[in-house]
Amino acid sequence: MINLISPLKLRKLGILGMNRRNIGLIGTYNQRCNYSIADNKLATKSAALSRGIPVPELYGTLERQFQVRAVEEQIQALSSFVIKPAQGSGGKGILVITGRDGDQFVKSSGALIGLSEVKRHISNILAGLHSLGGRNDVAMIEALIDFDPGFEGYSFEGVPDIRIIVFRGVPVMAMMRCATKASDGKANLHQGAVGVGIDIGSGQAVAAVQKSALIAEHPDTGIGFGGLEVPFWSQVLNLAAGCASMAGLGYLGADIVLDRLRGPMLLELNARPGLAIQVANQAGLRHRLAQADEIANSTDNQQEKISLARKQFTQCKQPEAQLALDIY
Amino acid sequence: MVSSRVQVSLIAAGLIILGLGLCLYKAVNLGFPLFPGEYRDVWTVESKVSFRPSKADAVEVELKLPTMLAGWSNVDEYFASSGFGFSVIAPSKDNGLDSRLARWTRQTLERPTTLYYKQQMFRANQAKALPDLPVPEVRPPLLENDRQAAMARLVDRLSQQSSDRESFTSQLLQEFLRQSPDQDSLFLLGSYQEDSLVVIMDVLAYKGIPAHQLRGIVLEDGRRRQTLSSLIEIHNGVNWVIFDPQNASVGLPDNFFIWQRGDGAVLNVLGGRDSSLEFALVSNSLPVKTVISMGQRSEQVDLLDFSVYALPVEQQGIFKGLLLIPVAALVVVFMRVLVGIRTSGTFMPVLIALAFIQTTLLVGLIIFLGLVGVGLWIRSYLSRLNLLLVSRVAAVIIVVILLMAVLAVASYRLGLDQALTVTFFPTVIIAWTIERMSILWEEEGGHEVLIQGSGSLVVAVLAYIAMSSQAISHLTFNFPELMLSLLGVILLLGKYTGFRLSELYRFRDMDSPHEPRL
Repeated sequence: MINLISPLKLRKLGILGMNRRNIGLIGTYNQRCNYSIADNKLATKSAALSRGIPVPELYGTLERQFQVRAVEEQIQALSSFVIKPAQGSGGKGILVITGRDGDQFVKSSGALIGLSEVKRHISNILAGLHSLGGRNDVAMIEALIDFDPGFEGYSFEGVPDIRIIVFRGVPVMAMMRCATKASDGKANLHQGAVGVGIDIGSGQAVAAVQKSALIAEHPDTGIGFGGLEVPFWSQVLNLAAGCASMAGLGYLGADIVLDRLRGPMLLELNARPGLAIQVANQAGLRHRLAQADEIANSTDNQQEKISLARKQFTQCKQPEAQLALDIY
Repeated sequence: MVSSRVQVSLIAAGLIILGLGLCLYKAVNLGFPLFPGEYRDVWTVESKVSFRPSKADAVEVELKLPTMLAGWSNVDEYFASSGFGFSVIAPSKDNGLDSRLARWTRQTLERPTTLYYKQQMFRANQAKALPDLPVPEVRPPLLENDRQAAMARLVDRLSQQSSDRESFTSQLLQEFLRQSPDQDSLFLLGSYQEDSLVVIMDVLAYKGIPAHQLRGIVLEDGRRRQTLSSLIEIHNGVNWVIFDPQNASVGLPDNFFIWQRGDGAVLNVLGGRDSSLEFALVSNSLPVKTVISMGQRSEQVDLLDFSVYALPVEQQGIFKGLLLIPVAALVVVFMRVLVGIRTSGTFMPVLIALAFIQTTLLVGLIIFLGLVGVGLWIRSYLSRLNLLLVSRVAAVIIVVILLMAVLAVASYRLGLDQALTVTFFPTVIIAWTIERMSILWEEEGGHEVLIQGSGSLVVAVLAYIAMSSQAISHLTFNFPELMLSLLGVILLLGKYTGFRLSELYRFRDMDSPHEPRL
């Protein structure tokens, strides 16, 4: 018999379901006209740059198929880079090149690919293969993140990133996504990446899950998640909260990476962040969203919002106030 | 301002009540049965007479109307004759007619014109016996010498192989069905402009067997542009026996509707040329009660004018299928919103389910899996060729069509007629499905392909089961207003914010009391 949880219990735990997320949050707080910044990584980048929000450096873009032939010149001088579609969704179509081996390129998995493979990938991106709705797209060539040495061992091939859910300018939940062998170096939870819930108050790890089962160590590197604490945590929260006003979205997920030299940087925004973050935190979103709503009603000051959030959304000891759930 | 939630609830409630109310009104006041009881296939036959006027003469079109034979019973008939004088002439001794005749007349006519005669009928009983006819005197055909000689040799040969009139006729029909008839038959066919029916009638006359043609329609649901076919009826000395020249079988085929018994033209057009008579056919399964009262009621109740029955036959056939699609859409919404099944392409399962209706479930599943499987395999090679997306999908479309052709030809050769229905699968949709699944495979692994693929198939099968249920097709076709209620339900589901079934599984471990937190 398949083990199911009763919907009443889920409600009591404050778990947010997909239907409620679509109607109560995305449909209510995210105006469709404001999606353009979040859905297009180039737009995200230029908006972030104009506000002084740090982002990975953009080496160049390719917009037309004929430019693909000349891509060699653009990547000639680069030893490592990332190629991604500007309008990709769910981490699709991202090619990470970490180095070179003669004529060949080294992927993050260590596999070698030739130039023709890189060109084919770019050509697919331009044709809209990985993009929302299959529209023609633009390929971006970006700097590879040189991730913070503090994260060494937490991720198997691939950069760990931090997803923070921001509701009306208030950060409500956070998790770090660590690639594993099973996820093929990708930070996608349903492919087997580890999701580590991060306490909003302290930046410390709360719980770690892989494929919805709780774990204590990274399955490939064996390092324990217990000692994980995200450095520059208040900077990270500031960055995430700043993105909310930049994108004009009431409910969004900000993906942030920590670079060794440049510190926290915005990787991308997500106007439809998934629900797995609840499993990683072993906590529901709905109670927190209700509290965040009150915080957002009480103040417009971003710093105040963050400090109230850090006080209320810490999982250390403070009992969560039972709030009316029905406002969503 | 009223919140959108309240608005949706009000609109949905209104739609649901309106739909159910109309449905109840029809059921209670007009006697439409809500549940399918005993069914009769009511055939609606639309005869289309088309012709061009020749010069500026007066036009006179005469169409012999069918006599209801072999247990058939007429429900309703309708003539369309814009701008023509019209009359129906009943059979009587005076005019020498043996069946009714519809006559359209007009003084002048400039454009090519089409006249319609629509009738609805059903088989009241399975009686196949036709009323006895007087046996006419047989006149041997007048022939030139060479034809006469060939015919004599043929009749001689066939007579030696047969014992009586019936076996002679059967031998004769088989002679012309064979791949390689003998010299005499070939010569006769040639001299009669390849019309084997005329040869056969003449041979029968030459042999002295009383015979005539039965003109009629082969009933096939949804057929358009059907033309008249012929059976042959001979007198064996005791009674009349029917032969089907298509396969030399004896007896009246079940799906043959007799239009005219005896020789003579069914359609006569004076003052016109290039005339043609074509039929469009559609069959509806209707409860006996409805069938019987349909004749009188159609004139009394205006509401029926707004029902699907008021449409021309061709459109009725199309709507029969269209009206089922909302049910399939509801299944998709239900499975995605309440259950949370992932499918590849939101409404792709509906299209697959529509194809299943044509192919039947098992055959459809096998064909679908075969097409997608082989398609994925070929697509994996195409992906190495480094093609642009659009040309790659176009290439997959062509590959899919080739696969369909290969499958159809191969199965036909093997005698598996069911696989010929492969053409009902939507080619472009299958090509896109293959393309998407192959991308999914590359990016997320075969596991995700299996999940989404089987999700799509489960939804398609459920939609198929819903659409092929007789109770549901009865309701959608007889009570199309229920679509309003369906719309209401779908609107309500669009505002459902509760958990999906799949989420009860996804978050199953969230309440473990002793969470081994870090």
